[in-house]
Amino acid sequence: MQAADLAAQFNLTVVAGKKGLERTVSGGHCGDLLSEVMANAPVGCVWLTIQVHQNIIAVALLKEMAAIILTGGNRPDEETMAKADAEKIPVMVSDQRTYGLAGQLYSAGVV
Amino acid sequence: MKLYRADMHIHTCLSPCGDWGMSPKAIARKSRQMGMDIIAVCDHNTAENAGSAIRAGQNYGITVLPGMEICSKEEVHVLAIFETVDRALAMQAFVYDHLPGKNSPNLWGDQIVVDENDEVVDENSRLLIGATSLSLYEVVDKVNYFNGLCIASHIDRPAFGIISNLGFIPEDLRFSALEVSWRISMREAAGLIPDIAGFPCITSSDAHYIEDVGKAWTGLMMEAPTFTEIRNAFEGRLGRRIVHRDTARKEDG
Repeated sequence: MQAADLAAQFNLTVVAGKKGLERTVSGGHCGDLLSEVMANAPVGCVWLTIQVHQNIIAVALLKEMAAIILTGGNRPDEETMAKADAEKIPVMVSDQRTYGLAGQLYSAGVV
Repeated sequence: MKLYRADMHIHTCLSPCGDWGMSPKAIARKSRQMGMDIIAVCDHNTAENAGSAIRAGQNYGITVLPGMEICSKEEVHVLAIFETVDRALAMQAFVYDHLPGKNSPNLWGDQIVVDENDEVVDENSRLLIGATSLSLYEVVDKVNYFNGLCIASHIDRPAFGIISNLGFIPEDLRFSALEVSWRISMREAAGLIPDIAGFPCITSSDAHYIEDVGKAWTGLMMEAPTFTEIRNAFEGRLGRRIVHRDTARKEDG
């Protein structure tokens, strides 16, 4: 599955990093403490978080993530979007809470 | 007594997110231009540029206090500001003992140690942007142990603040003051965050770029620009006090 498929299948709005939508998704991670995500997120995952600070892009690069999904209606800071575009990390937004969206992704085989 | 203007949260080029233009000399010069009397340099988890900043400040007539912005394991940012470089470096040693990881300059940015004349001295290789393994309580206790001022950073912000990450301010945490970001007024902050009632509050620029130095400041009514006087002003002792910016402008004439 590619990042673009995630957006289409789960009705996510891509708000930045559109040039990275061909990234391959392998696994998922949920977390809002950046240190925890840096320590535990699997390489290539899609990351569900409520953190909108620009540091999330560096964390995504570190873990070669496929995409970041901001849940609960959160929207990225402007600096975050600029970095996402520059680094080609797709940032998607959803009004769903992390738990519900993670359940859907998991059920659909994103594990 | 006199009103002193203090911007007590400024990053230097040692913070990975701090611009290269944030040399101690440039900061001191800009602080002077902006009418600051007192500044504190607070880089992420380090005080290695503090000594240079103090010497640069002397050249420009600015009182510079050595500090750091420590990241607890809960990813709450805390300003720790000390009377002397020795105490700041003692705190730094404690922080370094609990700070895992190495910096990747391409991910996080360069971490440049410079002297007061803008000469590059060293590059710090630690993951300064990272979180320490210290709990917020351990951080606050150690800052108090070294007789520092311990200030919860940007409590109104959605990231790296005590309210955003822990929900409220535990009553037994011994903060000297709380920092409200430049984005909102003290009145707005008090309305949004009832927890701040009873705490001394300051505001500062949290500058990462030179044009932001001194764009927010706290007025301190006191006898002299010294560490002890700042503590007295925070605690409202001996007639010393914090004067918020709108009022400060009037009192400043």
